Amino acid sequence: MSKVEKDHRQSVLRLSETQANALDIDETIIGPGETMIVNMGPQHPSTHGVLRVMLELEGEKILRSKPVIGYLHTGMEKTGEELTFVQGATNVTRMDYLSPLNNELVYCLAVETLLGVELPPRAIWIRMLMSELNRISSHLMWLATNGMDVGSTTMMIFGFRERELILAFFEKTTGLRMNHNYIRPGGVAADLPDGWEDDVEVICDTIPVRLEEYDEFITGQPIFRERLTGVGTLAAETAIELGVTGPLLRATGVPWDLRRTMPYLAYDQVEFDVVVGTVGDAFDRYAVRINEIRESVKIIRQILEKMPKGDYRVQDPKITPPPRARIDESMEALIHHFKIFTEGFRVPEGECYVAIESPRGELGCYMVSDGSAKPYRMHIRAPSFANLQSLPAMLRDHFVADAVAIISSLDPVMGEVDR
Amino acid sequence: MSLEPSDLKALNAYLKQGVQDVLFVPREKYLALMSKLYDVGFHFLSDLTAVDYLTYKGKRELPADIKAERFEVVVNLLSHALLKRIRVRVQVPEDLAEIDSIFSIFPSCENFEREVYDMFGIIFKGHPDLTRILMPEDWVGHPLRKDYPVSRVPVHFKESPGPL
Amino acid sequence: MGLEKIPYNFLTGKLEDLVKWARTQSVWPATFGLACCAIEMMAVGAADFDISRFGMEVFRASPRQADLMIVAGRVSQKMAPILRQVYDQMMEPKWVISMGVCASTGGMFNNYAIVQGVDQIVPVDVYAPGCPPSPQTLLHAILTLHEKIRSGEIMNRRDKHSRVFVEDISSSAYVRHDIAVKPVRVARPR
Repeated sequence: MSKVEKDHRQSVLRLSETQANALDIDETIIGPGETMIVNMGPQHPSTHGVLRVMLELEGEKILRSKPVIGYLHTGMEKTGEELTFVQGATNVTRMDYLSPLNNELVYCLAVETLLGVELPPRAIWIRMLMSELNRISSHLMWLATNGMDVGSTTMMIFGFRERELILAFFEKTTGLRMNHNYIRPGGVAADLPDGWEDDVEVICDTIPVRLEEYDEFITGQPIFRERLTGVGTLAAETAIELGVTGPLLRATGVPWDLRRTMPYLAYDQVEFDVVVGTVGDAFDRYAVRINEIRESVKIIRQILEKMPKGDYRVQDPKITPPPRARIDESMEALIHHFKIFTEGFRVPEGECYVAIESPRGELGCYMVSDGSAKPYRMHIRAPSFANLQSLPAMLRDHFVADAVAIISSLDPVMGEVDR
Repeated sequence: MSLEPSDLKALNAYLKQGVQDVLFVPREKYLALMSKLYDVGFHFLSDLTAVDYLTYKGKRELPADIKAERFEVVVNLLSHALLKRIRVRVQVPEDLAEIDSIFSIFPSCENFEREVYDMFGIIFKGHPDLTRILMPEDWVGHPLRKDYPVSRVPVHFKESPGPL
Repeated sequence: MGLEKIPYNFLTGKLEDLVKWARTQSVWPATFGLACCAIEMMAVGAADFDISRFGMEVFRASPRQADLMIVAGRVSQKMAPILRQVYDQMMEPKWVISMGVCASTGGMFNNYAIVQGVDQIVPVDVYAPGCPPSPQTLLHAILTLHEKIRSGEIMNRRDKHSRVFVEDISSSAYVRHDIAVKPVRVARPR
């Protein structure tokens, strides 16, 4: 094994929680170098959810660490087995709560793979539009919380201000600001509202201008650069070994983006660049994410031009519920509506794995169906779950004060880590 | 071992991920196969999970030389160079729910295998730290098994059905 | 404050009103954002739905400096003892807003992993329903809490009315605490 490989395995503190709880106050000082085991979280000022990190410190320097998760475990995979395929999106959407439409998308893609349906083009392009808008809003949220963690409360306020524009559009289209349940098996729940082109144009025009502002007051700012450059460096080989995907992997220099390499929806019909970093430190991750927002705006402008007309849902009465007005007129429509919403539609037997590129990395859904109306097994491969494994390697030999900046640059969302 | 492409009915063309390759392997040859796949170019572990087939109502389609067991460990690998995914499915019996850990080949399996242990009770031999990861460490039972109840609390004035 | 020992009369009545008014003007929340509701709570703290107009934009990380715990998100079995620990570390007078349906009753997750209502663990003053509650709903809940503080007793003797069993936190604490507390009002959704 090369030096790089050996190193990251030695950064993990192999101490179980029961052992850590049982440590007496005197026993926390162990080892010849007088190291100390300190607990960070799960409730701490860093705004990144309920993540607990056990740190082995020598003075202020972190030697080994261990992320402890499970504080938000919701039993969503078990719940997924009790809900029908139509209801499943409501459950899955709450996993990665910063990009809920992406969760719904991967779930619906898995269901549609098993069903074997062909979607109308408008549904595909609407899904792409919502997915990219969600990527922008997730990255803006990351900018806000990362800025806050590094100390810039202004960035927090600005990030949320831009995000409100996008959330207002989501509310207009899907009815909710978060956890939309909009992307459903067969298409999307409702068509885009009238005048959506104007709203999206406003978003596309405002955000790049504001990003220029951020470049001015963050990217060039010496404190920000000092806190992030050279901090939390991750090598490309280590990243691939540890299962890291998303902006974290791209910041180390590996140009892997599922939208480009294994395209889904209509990503092969739009042009965009895959943003890649060089060193793999926290500043590179910031640069990758802020540039990904720009690329997403580019994609959205192309979607604005190319959006096809037509149905927004597949016209199969067994999958798509009929329009509400038809229920009064047709008995068949009433029966279909009833069956879809009480029993659900049946999906043929089979299993599949579908993966998309969420703002955090490769979001996958492994689904097994036994021919009934509920999934037999629904497993979501959460990108943050794998990305967290790189945390010990990134924290090694850094100071405690950098730990917050590093965790923040990782962008974990505990909802999808713990499911 | 021969590759058996398992076709899904009318795979949706726009996914453009091609036919999904699935490999079935007996438990004894599992580690050797993973080594071979790493050498062939599948350096990236996408996902490692398990399925409990206790109450499966359909027909389980396995090749002739593989015996169907209660648990199945499913590993998804990805090759950046070949742009391909491959899926490996291994049967694990209920009475001796053990399987080799692939930590020596793919260190990224650490969290995934811990989760499978926590949720299903399958033991991974050779894993450096096989403890519960999602549930509290002294929890009894493995929640994602089919004989573990959802533990739904009965709600007043609501006749909604649902297992308890 | 020792005010509860002073017998209530014309002079101390005014003083109590002053104290209660002062308490509503800067209720500092403790950071207890768990899941999706935390994002909406942060949105309330941001510029569009400014919480700073009520003097509450300082989310104190240390529970010792906080007055209000907004439990925003679903509370899992592993998190429950920590929730109780943070609540115990807060100084009196303290209040709890249960934000979202998961915190209020367990929400859509009626299963083994989620505590069915945070009032099994801590006494709750205001429940804000929604999944997630929009920022307007949370602001309504906060204003309801302000009204409750203004009109309620000076020392909110919840412990006297409730049956809260405080178990030893260091041992396994997925024990459900029975509480019989009625909040003053329930925030209505938007």
